[in-house]
Amino acid sequence: MVERTPILDAACHLILILGAVLFCLPIYFVVVTGSLSQQQVLSLPMTWLPSDQLFANFETAWRKAHFGRLFFNSLVVSTAIVAGKIAVSLLAAFAVTYFRFPLRRTAFWLIFVSLMLPIEVRIVPTYESAANAGLPWNLLVETLGLDTLATSLLGRAVSLTVNWSLVNTYSGLIFPLMASATATFLFRQFFMTIPDELSEAARIDGARPMQFFWMILLPLSRSNIIAMAIILFLWSWNQYLWPLLVTSDKDMATAVIGLRELLPSADAQPTWHVLMSATLVTMLPPVLLVLFAQRWFTKGLIDSGK
Amino acid sequence: MLARTDSVSGVSLGKALRLAGARRTSDRSGGVESGLKRSSFPNRGLAYLLLAPQLFILLLFFFIPSVRALIQAFQLSDPFGGGVQWVGFDNLVALWRSPPYWAAVRATIVFMVALSVATLGIALLLAFAANHILRGRGVYRTLLIIPYAIAPAISGIVWAFLFNPSVGPLAQVLHSLGVAWDPNRYPGHAMTLVVVASAWKQISYNFLFLFAALLATPPSIVEAAAVDGAGPVRRFFAIVLPMLTPTLFFLFVINVVYGLFETFPIIDATTRGGPAGATTTLVYKVYQDGFVSLDLGSSAAQSIILMALALALTFVQFRVVERRVQYEV
Repeated sequence: MVERTPILDAACHLILILGAVLFCLPIYFVVVTGSLSQQQVLSLPMTWLPSDQLFANFETAWRKAHFGRLFFNSLVVSTAIVAGKIAVSLLAAFAVTYFRFPLRRTAFWLIFVSLMLPIEVRIVPTYESAANAGLPWNLLVETLGLDTLATSLLGRAVSLTVNWSLVNTYSGLIFPLMASATATFLFRQFFMTIPDELSEAARIDGARPMQFFWMILLPLSRSNIIAMAIILFLWSWNQYLWPLLVTSDKDMATAVIGLRELLPSADAQPTWHVLMSATLVTMLPPVLLVLFAQRWFTKGLIDSGK
Repeated sequence: MLARTDSVSGVSLGKALRLAGARRTSDRSGGVESGLKRSSFPNRGLAYLLLAPQLFILLLFFFIPSVRALIQAFQLSDPFGGGVQWVGFDNLVALWRSPPYWAAVRATIVFMVALSVATLGIALLLAFAANHILRGRGVYRTLLIIPYAIAPAISGIVWAFLFNPSVGPLAQVLHSLGVAWDPNRYPGHAMTLVVVASAWKQISYNFLFLFAALLATPPSIVEAAAVDGAGPVRRFFAIVLPMLTPTLFFLFVINVVYGLFETFPIIDATTRGGPAGATTTLVYKVYQDGFVSLDLGSSAAQSIILMALALALTFVQFRVVERRVQYEV
């Protein structure tokens, strides 16, 4: 930028070309392998050029692992997580920045603490919570001895405990993944940068809190919401550990989990071509999102520092 | 006057801690609570209503599980619903004395160090190159950030295929070079595979942040050095790199967090912790002991250790951000 450096320029281009090729090579091989036939995959040396079996392979995957259904599940779950998390977070961030009420700071800290512990470090108890969403109620019943109380009141043995399992349900896939406050935080940070004059003016004009929220805060947050939605969509579409735990029914799994089913096992003929065609289709939505919404994606990523 | 690099990698977490830490001074000086708008609404009931969904979800799927993990760490429970018994620190002591656990600790450290060094080094090289040139910057950037969109599990599957000893094209290249490549048999090969599959995704992320930080370095200083006769490489090491240290620190912590917690899918899709536990990291072991071997007490005790690590890392992150502020001249 300051002086002419032809050799360094060339070296930089070389590094970048090499980097870009190496980065995209795995994706290229997904396309190539996904389009080969079984014999072509197993032949040595392997071909580096695509063939014409892509649709046939994907059709096999579609039948074998119910990919239509899994895709639908992924779409439902990701959309619900994005919409739910953004709605819940906007409201909570609005409450902690724009309202004066007792325990405001406590609420803020409770939300803040949840940023520290990722779901990976508490998988077993989180699974137990999802296996029975009535768990908090049951704990309450146990501690207060409500069962004994009810039994003595009614004169016969009763149990007040409930059993409400979220395993193999959309709720089980959606709600536990909504339980982190990254988006709340981002929105709070953004709300803090909005000039105080806006809410003052709105109050003088007689706006009620929710009017201010809908007519002023939400339109101002548009770009932040879009950026967050993209990041959250990538994040939820790509989830693995939680969907793996909370679904045992193959028809309730997500597309990424479906790929696991297609992984070659020891006792069967490996079908890499089928796996790769399914992989290609599964990674397409997030990749397209990053390519076509790059500006928003970059903004979201850098804003959230995550 | 150096520009704040803070805005480039706004760490929400650290910022929040800082805001919270600074509240006392602002409480004394102004009359307004920190983190609250000057003109706030007085409707208490509505505020609680707005907070309710967030707090309810957190209670159900965050606070109760976290507290239960804490309790279970000191219990011994029968996986078949038998009974529960308090054992105090026995679970933790058992871990301390367990060679497989220490093997997992070692594997995790090796994995994280290799991952962080490879990721930061390569990302820095690419970011420097992308910052140096002008033509084609956008195209390179687009190509380099694609891997970030790909699920960790898919990254694992794809690299497991590329390095598969019988069909993988890269394994074939290695074989033709005379390397007896087989990640199913050699622990070192398995670790390499896991590191490569994890780094692929993470380099994109690091690159994006470093590139943004490089764009934010003030050209005046770099130009002044150029006038003084420093070449591009010297300028990079003498001026730009020191100014990047806050971002590098931040990325290092993020990479450690990633290596510790977020690489479960990659390991599960490639090596499943093998061969012979060579790639069983701490998070993978929590899963294996909790869901495969059903040793809930031990798994919970391991969760507690990971929680402590996560809290420590949050603290470090906070300190890093603090230092970032002190870098302002």
